[in-house]
Amino acid sequence: MSETITTPAPARAPDAEPVVTATELTRRYGEGDTAVDALRGVSLNVRKGELTAVMGPSGSGKSTLMHILAGLDRPTSGEVAIAGTKLSTLNDNDMTRLRRQHIGFVFQFFNLLPMLDAEENIVLPLSIAGEKPDKAWVNELLDQVGLTPRRTHKPSELSGGQQQRVAIGRALVNKPTIIFADEPTGNLDSKTSGEILELLERSVRELQQTIVMVTHEPRAAAIADRVLFLDDGLIVREASNISAHDIVAAMEELGE
Amino acid sequence: MTAFALRGLLGRKLRTALTAIAIVLGVATVAGTYVLTDSINNAFHSIFFETRAGSDAVISGKSAFDLSGDSGSTAPSFDESLLQKVRSLPEVGEAQGQVNGEAHLIGKDGKAIVYGGAPNLGFSIADGASRFNPLQLVSGAWPKPGEVVIDKSTASKEHFKIGQVIGVQAQGPVDRLRVSGIVKFGSVSTIGGATLSGFDLPTAQHLFEKPGKLDEIAVASAQGVSTPKLVASIKQVLPADTQIRTAKLQSHEDAKETDSFISFLQKFLLGFGGVALFVGSFVIANSLSITIAQRMREFATLRTLGASRSQVLRSVMLEALVMGTLASIVGLFAGLALAKGLFSLFDAVGFTLPNNGLTLETRTIVVALLVGIVVTLLASLRPALRATRVPPIAAVREGATLPESRWARYRLPAAIVLTVLGFAGLLAGLFVSNLGTGQILLLMLGGALLVFFGVALLSVRLIGPLAWTLGWPATKLGGAAGALARDNSRRNPQRTASTASALMIGLALVTLVSILAAGIVSSFRGAVKDIWRNADYAITAQNNFNPIPIAASEAVGKTPGVTSVADVRAGEGLAYGHKIAITAVNPPAASVFNLDWTHGTSTVMAHLGADGAFVDKDYADSHHLEIGSPVPLTFADGTQELLNVEGIFDPPTGGSPFGRVTMSTTVFDSHTEQPENLYSFVVMNGGQTAANQAALDKTLKAFPNAKAATRQKFIDNQISGLSSILNILYVLLALSVVVSLFGIVNTLVLTVFERTREIGMLRAIGMTRRQVRRMIRHESVITALIGAVIGIALGIILASLLIARVDFIVLSLPVGQLIVFGVAAILVGIIAAIFPARRASRLNVLQALQYE
Ligand SMILES: Nc1ncnc2c1ncn2[C@@H]1O[C@H](COP(=O)(O)OP(=O)(O)OP(=O)(O)O)[C@@H](O)[C@H]1O
Ligand SMILES: [Mg+2]
Repeated sequence: MSETITTPAPARAPDAEPVVTATELTRRYGEGDTAVDALRGVSLNVRKGELTAVMGPSGSGKSTLMHILAGLDRPTSGEVAIAGTKLSTLNDNDMTRLRRQHIGFVFQFFNLLPMLDAEENIVLPLSIAGEKPDKAWVNELLDQVGLTPRRTHKPSELSGGQQQRVAIGRALVNKPTIIFADEPTGNLDSKTSGEILELLERSVRELQQTIVMVTHEPRAAAIADRVLFLDDGLIVREASNISAHDIVAAMEELGE
Repeated sequence: MTAFALRGLLGRKLRTALTAIAIVLGVATVAGTYVLTDSINNAFHSIFFETRAGSDAVISGKSAFDLSGDSGSTAPSFDESLLQKVRSLPEVGEAQGQVNGEAHLIGKDGKAIVYGGAPNLGFSIADGASRFNPLQLVSGAWPKPGEVVIDKSTASKEHFKIGQVIGVQAQGPVDRLRVSGIVKFGSVSTIGGATLSGFDLPTAQHLFEKPGKLDEIAVASAQGVSTPKLVASIKQVLPADTQIRTAKLQSHEDAKETDSFISFLQKFLLGFGGVALFVGSFVIANSLSITIAQRMREFATLRTLGASRSQVLRSVMLEALVMGTLASIVGLFAGLALAKGLFSLFDAVGFTLPNNGLTLETRTIVVALLVGIVVTLLASLRPALRATRVPPIAAVREGATLPESRWARYRLPAAIVLTVLGFAGLLAGLFVSNLGTGQILLLMLGGALLVFFGVALLSVRLIGPLAWTLGWPATKLGGAAGALARDNSRRNPQRTASTASALMIGLALVTLVSILAAGIVSSFRGAVKDIWRNADYAITAQNNFNPIPIAASEAVGKTPGVTSVADVRAGEGLAYGHKIAITAVNPPAASVFNLDWTHGTSTVMAHLGADGAFVDKDYADSHHLEIGSPVPLTFADGTQELLNVEGIFDPPTGGSPFGRVTMSTTVFDSHTEQPENLYSFVVMNGGQTAANQAALDKTLKAFPNAKAATRQKFIDNQISGLSSILNILYVLLALSVVVSLFGIVNTLVLTVFERTREIGMLRAIGMTRRQVRRMIRHESVITALIGAVIGIALGIILASLLIARVDFIVLSLPVGQLIVFGVAAILVGIIAAIFPARRASRLNVLQALQYE
């Protein structure tokens, strides 16, 4: 199926303003003999409207990096700034406000609320922030994620792919500065994965959404504007517009 | 966010319902108490109001001070000539005299008709058609001389019909009167266990031995005369030993006694409602904690979507508010049902209450809802705060645990401090002198609450060893399932501890009550055995506590074989500015009673004469009395006597039958309108024999409300009253045990839910359904036993403290009963496990393994 994915043209000039900057991030789990250095000095910029893929062998620190970029976890050293705000300066309330405005998440296990239907799940970030959803926008979004006929279905009545599309709709609904997605297709079959990737790509191309995505799938990385290869807590390679084929080669090189 | 919180509740109907039951039961008790007491109050007030409905003012005899209803002293009656004087006043329209008192109706079995402690009201009806008569004739006619009307309920219960002859006994021996009519009391549907008997005035005066005397005059004013004017004009002609009140005031006066009883009953029952709610708050806090631990991922996801901590707090508290409100509303209705049930319960233990339908006051609704909601919110606060500590990263990390709060490391010291403070409060309340009743109550109540909280917190530390020990039989009985059950109960000590604590509270209280009761019973037995060492028989009322006419004791004295009869009369007097209980004995008492005299000897009792008295040591100490000291005592009739102290005795632990001051019956009778005996003690030739008993029974045939009992039987009879009260206490405490039972059910259901995957795995590797059920059941029983062990231990400690303070109770452990409580706890565990175990055993293995 990988042949259906074509290498797109970059949507943005590479010198567009960075919305996320990370400098010299390290993260150490535990102490003493059992300490694990999950990140050992990672710096990066994510530019607006860009789809960044993070790849690397298992245990290389991808999730850790993601959590720190998204402010879910704090780095042992180094600094992350989102939309110009340094995360280390924020208390819990400021962080909450930042999340409402600037951050969207797509999880591997969807994390939908079982008692809410698809549409309610999608508008949940707005309800939490106390905002009225714009009807037209929600309809468009439902259309975009292809769930208009399923808008009143509960998560338990939806397939895995449909659930993830609800999750993507939810991440898009407040037009965040950046969406973080950790293995969004990790729990889906290959065909469904393709549809989800297409949806993510479309939101970057059509809605100018910025996305950072951790993935193990070469074809997922192939639609990305930029691919970061992580190994043992360090960015070992960065590539733009590379093909699925090259990615497989690069991954093999890293020993996966 | 709001809608979301409510959806959460709907999505977890079973859990919510199970959690809410704890509140429902507590609120039901509170609401039920109010409904019950308001209903009784209402019924009484309409009785008292209707009694005075036809009167504008009431003249009655005046006692020197306010008398308690069952003190044995009564207000003196006055001469009937007053009636003529009152009638001749121009302001008076109508006036009617009445005598009244206790009048026992004699059933067809020859025994007095008495329902529990309810009164047996007898009174004169001068004119059936008069405005002053609150009774309605159901059938027959108003009484003429030698006749009586009786109330409908007694007539039907005892099968009396018009024209039949019924025995009536008031002061003298039984009179036989013809039933002329059946009456009922106005609109009140039942007047409780009370019996009514109405006579014409001369018959009543004869029965109550008040010839030429009246107890009351009911007055209605002449046309156009206001009540104040009426009262003022009558005051002019009133002799000193009488008083006049407006009818309204009089009915309030009539109601005083019952009002204070009802307000006591109300507080007493509310106490148990409070206990149930307190236990319920543990159940709620625990259930919510578990639920929140299970919903960590959900809260974390919300946090990643931009929910703030305070939003999480609010959403959990909102859930609690909704649950608390719904539970309180359900509890309110359950309370109505409970009140109905309590009426029947009191009825069943022989304590029929007046009933005029259930009363639901606005206050009941407000208090019930408020209490239920506030308790739910308070109990939810800690779990809700825990929920706010769920980190957003828990949305992505498997098996994330809640970070400990900043205060976690102070938990053990805090538990110790709470417990110590609690005991300090209890000790202060018990032993510090010069505290007001309010302060004592506050210290004791606060102390008890702190002790329960502290012990609940401390118990976390005990779960490991206790579960290991108490779970040992499970490993033997249940094999692998039992061993797993034991491990499971130790797996989350916090949870097991909270669940067990709810049961702990109930069992601690049950244990406390049973030890106190055992102590009271055994010291009472000891005291009676001590004091009446020489007596063979006791003469008491059928219900063991009402006074009996002196004529009965006189008749007993003439019975063949009787060598001496010692009488004890009781009443109230005023000394040193305080109302005190007084008693009187006749000379034979000297040879019957065996007291520990610190000054004087038993012979004092035989020579009290016209001015002698003896007092207990305590009273002597507090008023610096010695042999020869004068005690100024004012009687109900208003006269004061100077009595000389001739003896001082030290009462035994179980108490004594004597009041603060005891005098001769001669002195007592000269100041008491109608003296009666509380009980009499009889010494007979040959001691306790069948022949002697038969002889006494024969004599007492003429006094159906009196009975002769051997000393042993007398003790048992006196104690039987205590056991009815005890049974009521147990029933009321059982409520809090039921609440904790639901707590166990809830924990188990949540636990099963949480371990779905694990149970699926166990089933997959060969565990049978039966074994799964057994595993859950054993875990439940272990939890219940932990609660029982800690509760019983705490109950014993609390009881020892109380008994150390109260000197009329000795400590005696009712071991048999404590074992019964332990077995009851096992039963609670087994019952609590039924539903969760069934759910666990019915899990679909495949689905359980895929459950996420
Ligand atoms: N909470 C934690 N405590 C201790 N060590 C951790 C923790 N989380 C991650 N690690 C360690 O940090 C390293 C990086 O983990 P991380 O989850 O970031 O890897 P990953 O690249 O996402 O792997 P995968 O592709 O398997 O998801 C691993 O060695 C892991 O064991
Ligand atoms: Mg990962």
